Amino acid sequence: MSGTLRLIDNPVDRLARTIEALLVIAPAALSVEDLAAAAEDDPERVETALGLLASRYREGRSGIVLEQVAGGYAFRAAREAAEACARLVERPVQRGLSQAALETLAVVAYLGPVSRPEIARIRGVAADSAVAGLVERGLIAEAGREKDGGAIRYESTPLFERVFGLTGLSELPRLDDLAETEQGLRERLEEVAGRRGA
Amino acid sequence: MSAVAELPLDLDAFEGPFDLLLTLVLKEELELRDVEIVEIVLTFLAERGEDLEVDGEFLVLVASLLELKARGLFPEEEEVPFEDLDADDAAGELAERLAQYRRFRAAAGWLEERLEADSDRYFRLGPAPLAPVPDRPLAPQQPESLAAALRALAAEPPTPSLRHITLTFPPVSLFLERFRAVLRRRGRFVFDKEVEALTRVEQAVAFLALLELRKAGEIAIGQVAPFEEITVWNNAA
Repeated sequence: MSGTLRLIDNPVDRLARTIEALLVIAPAALSVEDLAAAAEDDPERVETALGLLASRYREGRSGIVLEQVAGGYAFRAAREAAEACARLVERPVQRGLSQAALETLAVVAYLGPVSRPEIARIRGVAADSAVAGLVERGLIAEAGREKDGGAIRYESTPLFERVFGLTGLSELPRLDDLAETEQGLRERLEEVAGRRGA
Repeated sequence: MSAVAELPLDLDAFEGPFDLLLTLVLKEELELRDVEIVEIVLTFLAERGEDLEVDGEFLVLVASLLELKARGLFPEEEEVPFEDLDADDAAGELAERLAQYRRFRAAAGWLEERLEADSDRYFRLGPAPLAPVPDRPLAPQQPESLAAALRALAAEPPTPSLRHITLTFPPVSLFLERFRAVLRRRGRFVFDKEVEALTRVEQAVAFLALLELRKAGEIAIGQVAPFEEITVWNNAA
């Protein structure tokens, strides 16, 4: 009766604000379950709110972008701000990964949990220093031991998925699809052979 | 220097003449694993003349390199039961392993490209992991036991004894004078009787005085048996 203007507070809007707050303080990607537990709300409503946030935080519209990564959601900088970001911060996790480190990382990502002897068997050289370096970067982590107190096994971490922009390990391409190298090798040899014949 | 030794190479891992490559590999300054031998072969084929001697030399060198590289791919400590396999199986096993390695190498290449494509994706990495939800309910507690514990803490502590601070030692000279006086008067006395009224500390000092007098030769001391009375008399008497 007093005629006071009442702001109608949409509950999904309020949940979206809570999720914004959670994402901005989170040190890693948060899953829908993480968000629902922290917000004490229903996972389905959390997904609705995330949809709202995704349309708000996207490339071209905001300097902060909501991305689906590492089995959850996280904020990152918009790509257009990358150069400014590069002047401000260093990226020690992904900087200067050697060929040996990348190969070891690939083996662990595809086959993990996997032990150092198994990695060495595939790569044909000892994997100790590559494994230690990747553990230090946080891209792989210990994941128990082989049966009966055997060698320590390693698996890739959520940080790995985040750094490589993967929603999950299932986003890795099939190994068989990658192995066209042999065919390429043959073709090059045939090319030279053909040139000589001519 | 032969034509093979001077063969100019331009590989991912190495650029220079073939003999330098061999030197670096043998000195283990260059990982043979990183050297694409097919590139060496292709370079040789492109440069090849009509000299069969050179061809032969090249074949021997490349065969050695291949063998070295193959050995490097299979560490010695690993038991490879190749002896149990016939030639076809062994070749199959070898091909399978090489194919597997090649797949992972390709996967590593894919990761590298991915990283390159994502070089403009910046995000914050928190220093701390997410805290686990605290879930440690306390076992039921009795208020009485808390009260009892506090009561024990609230009780007045016993007053500490200060007796050791007031403990004083009479000077030895006091007893020297006293014993000399007694001996002048009586010629002899029984030590135990003389000090029986004193405290333990005074008795100890009195005994020291006795020893002093004995050392100086002023007195003689007699005791019929251990723990019996000590009799003291004037030595001059």
